[in-house]
Amino acid sequence: MTAGKQDWPLYEVFVRGKRGLNHVHVGSLHAADDRMALTHARDLYTRRNEGVSIWVVRSEHIAASTRDEKDPFFEPSADKVYRHPTFYDIPDDVPHI
Amino acid sequence: MDTTHSSPPGADGTEPVLQRHFDATIARDQRIEPRDWMPEGYRKTLIRQIAQHAHSEIIGMQPEGEWITRAPSLRRKAILFAKVQDEAGHGLYLYSAAETLGADRADLTERLVEGRQKYSSIFNYPTLSFADVGVIGWFVDGAAICNQVPLCRSSYGPYARAMVRICKEESFHQRQGYELLMTMMRGTPEQREMVQDAVNRWWWPSLMMFGPPDDASPNSAQSMAWKIKRHSNDELRQRFVDMTVPQAEKLGVTLPDPELRWNEERGHHDFGTPDWDELMRVIKGDGPCNEQRVTRRRTAHEEGAWVREAATAHAAKQARRERKGAVA
Repeated sequence: MTAGKQDWPLYEVFVRGKRGLNHVHVGSLHAADDRMALTHARDLYTRRNEGVSIWVVRSEHIAASTRDEKDPFFEPSADKVYRHPTFYDIPDDVPHI
Repeated sequence: MDTTHSSPPGADGTEPVLQRHFDATIARDQRIEPRDWMPEGYRKTLIRQIAQHAHSEIIGMQPEGEWITRAPSLRRKAILFAKVQDEAGHGLYLYSAAETLGADRADLTERLVEGRQKYSSIFNYPTLSFADVGVIGWFVDGAAICNQVPLCRSSYGPYARAMVRICKEESFHQRQGYELLMTMMRGTPEQREMVQDAVNRWWWPSLMMFGPPDDASPNSAQSMAWKIKRHSNDELRQRFVDMTVPQAEKLGVTLPDPELRWNEERGHHDFGTPDWDELMRVIKGDGPCNEQRVTRRRTAHEEGAWVREAATAHAAKQARRERKGAVA
């Protein structure tokens, strides 16, 4: 009954809301190919001018970091507090800083 | 990307740690995302909840869709088209969310057309006049808004985000319905009668949309603890009644409940008890239109098979041409 459809790969959809903004992930859909994925994404995710540009990418082509628990992946950024401006004590009466 | 679901933890004793992490995330009111570990019960309950919600959107296209060809003006026709198209969109957002939990979209459709998964009982009632289109927008979409606004804070990220998108669009659905009814109420006595008749038929089934009363809703406590249900059935039903009564007054229709009155002490309206036996009958498949709705869905799916096959064939042909072009 679902022959054919099951061959349609899953695509992730990213929409740029307006000029100057990043593309943001909005959801996914199935399509036979890239072009169909784009038109479906337009019909599904931008029915009310939600976007000026759409990216679609096959879900299987996205590499992702692992799940969050005890993940050492982000550890290098966790222990470098001196990267934040609030790390530095500046007297209150120094202006413009 | 949030598409692959995590496998259940092995027998390495990590589960209590993962469970604690999960519980803490929920307790902090943060979102669970697809690749996070989650208890199997949470995953299963959510798949069922989201799938039922998706099916309701898809089946919900039918009662109003029947009026598209018979809409009284081009304006009403265009509006109804857009609304029914939105329902299809809502179904697709939700199937997309269910897939992040490892569900398969084709499999969910199969479960629906085989009657193994449910959808909202409300769509098993017939739409007898064009006033029904207005009353569905006003009551059914109004009730859906009551149900769905709190779900924008569901603990499951993809579901919560789909709900935000859906709620934005529901407002149009409710308002077009109410405006349609206001127009009919300014019309002939017959038109006003049609509105009152539709109100009489849809009021009680709309109250039933919130599900059985709290003391007969066994799974609610766990869903509340998981924050995938944020208010009880009776709370939401009360909210809907309080919201709708003044709208009915403004419209000039009577809600068909002799027990309905303002209770100063409670600060809410008292109202009668829906016929819970009727709800159970409709849920079990014995409503006025259950058979018709599922058959229609199955037929549409089967009759659309050639379109899916043609699209697949076309994509394969395009891919072959591109490969040839690259070689030449």
